[in-house]
Amino acid sequence: MRVLVCVKRVPFTGGKMVLAPDSMALETRHLGFTISPHEECGVEEAVRMIEAKSGESVVLTLGPAEAAEQLRDAMALGVDRAIHLETDGSEWDPEATAAAIIDAIRADEAASGPFDLILFGNESADSGGFQVGLRVAGALGRPCVTGLKKVTIEGASVRCEQESEGGRDVYAVPMPAVLTVKEGLNLPRYPSVPGRMRAARKPVATMTPTQAQARLELASLVVPAGQGRRAEVLGSGPSAAPAVVEMLRKIGVV
Amino acid sequence: MAPVVALIEHADGKAFDTSLQTLAVARSFAAGQAVHALVLSSPIRLDLELGRNAVFALANDLGHYGVNVAHIAEHEALDSFAPDAWAAILGQLADQLDATAVFAAGTERGNEVMARVGARANLPLATNCIAVSAGDPITLTRQRWGGSLLEEARLNSTRPLVTVAPHAVPIETTEAETKVETFTPQLKEQELVVRVIEHVAAAGGGVSLAEARVVVSGGRGVGSKEGFAIIEELAGLLGGAVGCSRVVTSAGWRPHTDQVGQTGTKIAPELYIACGISGATQHMAGCKGAKRILAINSDAEAPIMLNSDYAVVGDLKEIVPAISKEIRANRGHAG
Ligand SMILES: Cc1cc2nc3c(=O)[nH]c(=O)nc-3n(C[C@H](O)[C@H](O)[C@H](O)COP(=O)(O)OP(=O)(O)OC[C@H]3O[C@@H](n4cnc5c(N)ncnc54)[C@H](O)[C@@H]3O)c2cc1C
Repeated sequence: MRVLVCVKRVPFTGGKMVLAPDSMALETRHLGFTISPHEECGVEEAVRMIEAKSGESVVLTLGPAEAAEQLRDAMALGVDRAIHLETDGSEWDPEATAAAIIDAIRADEAASGPFDLILFGNESADSGGFQVGLRVAGALGRPCVTGLKKVTIEGASVRCEQESEGGRDVYAVPMPAVLTVKEGLNLPRYPSVPGRMRAARKPVATMTPTQAQARLELASLVVPAGQGRRAEVLGSGPSAAPAVVEMLRKIGVV
Repeated sequence: MAPVVALIEHADGKAFDTSLQTLAVARSFAAGQAVHALVLSSPIRLDLELGRNAVFALANDLGHYGVNVAHIAEHEALDSFAPDAWAAILGQLADQLDATAVFAAGTERGNEVMARVGARANLPLATNCIAVSAGDPITLTRQRWGGSLLEEARLNSTRPLVTVAPHAVPIETTEAETKVETFTPQLKEQELVVRVIEHVAAAGGGVSLAEARVVVSGGRGVGSKEGFAIIEELAGLLGGAVGCSRVVTSAGWRPHTDQVGQTGTKIAPELYIACGISGATQHMAGCKGAKRILAINSDAEAPIMLNSDYAVVGDLKEIVPAISKEIRANRGHAG
């Protein structure tokens, strides 16, 4: 079987959001970067599927040259090869992102055969558009199930579980299909040292797609006003316990 | 003038608050144009006279939130959630009305259905907005990073698709005369391929994280899986639920169902007790709805101190058991 997983490079923002001087992006000079958590679970799932069924797993990202780091991270977990749709680092809107990914999928499928499953994160961690996976599925004419916490391949179809009010909603769709997943789908493994060494030698195909005209255009970023809570210190160490219980009583929880 | 249309999610004869919040944004965008609403229902449910009356009453009641015309779409396929079918119906109604904008709540289903509407009609979608103004281009403010950051954006579209961030804007009431109409959708077989075939109820037992009045949460500072015994003990004494940070779930100390944050559960308890949690933006995105936050942290300068109401500085391994002991001692006196 063939599985594609699409990931996005995002910064680890830490305790507060700091903007670049032009307010068009976060100040990321001092930050580390990561694959966002939903997609990290997508990577793990793709690797497990190929371990169980054999075949090929591929990771794809659209992002700046530095996003090669996230592709290596995915390959260190066991993904076989990578496709890098390289940008100048500016933000692409969801439609432009989907268009470039659709072209890349069509090209890869023409060369290597169809992907049985294409995995996306339910929403990107930073811009949170909730739509790239669904747009790709729409263009390819494949069913898409979103927000999955459990995925089981059953013959030619895939059983999908999504958290919902008071439990889980279950879907079953035929493959090929597109699935968007959430953190909690599995517990991703840590990359091993041999895994990292193998990843360094795995193939990365780099392309520079042209950006479609954005229809949703970022004008500027704004850090929302803080909640203005400066903590009232009730004490330090275990001797603060009576003051804590007094507070609990005052607010009516004991 | 052509109207705007909003999708109304509902259960047990009540529209969701998130849908009513959406109507406030839709109405301000409409600026005098008519506001239409779409209410989906299945004849299986409508079968019972009671169910039919409840959906009709709900639709009729939308006048209090500024809806001029409420369309009830009935189809037997709507008995279980089928997102492509929902998108098809919403798209058909928007076409029929020649709607100038389509709105839904930024819930899981709202975002999903609107993304499908966008994919089908090749229209751009702005998710989780808190304000939208008509114009050319349309200008809007939307949430990023689960609400930790805002974005001002321009949307170039003849029919903007907009979802409204849950619990970020107030519900607004007014008095409008609501006309209730029936809408008959046309559905194709392929629009029913993706549909809920089964609902598995949660295992139950214990207080649910999302609903708990008190949540006692542990982060990296708890140190180990076993370290959570003192967190569980305090949560138990307060009738609350246990939560945790992502560091904890990644380490395998707690299941992901306990994780609070942007990629975990979003909670709004009366009291959130954060033990050994630094207060990263993605963690706070999940608990900023808490009425009060108590931070227990060895670092008096941890970012969480700027986002909490109360703090105790020191080692949680000593402080948390001391609080439990104090609660027990007080109960002893009372009893
Ligand atoms: C896209 C994205 C999504 C994310 N989603 C989430 C999410 O949903 N939820 C989430 O939690 N995180 C999320 N994260 C991770 C987040 O950025 C932080 O890494 C994480 O919240 C840190 O967890 P922590 O506070 O437990 O650990 P740390 O940041 O390491 O903080 C540990 C704290 O414990 C204190 N401490 C240590 N020992 C003691 C002791 N003995 N007594 C008292 N205090 C002590 C320290 O002073 C410190 O403040 C996400 C990250 C990204 C990039």
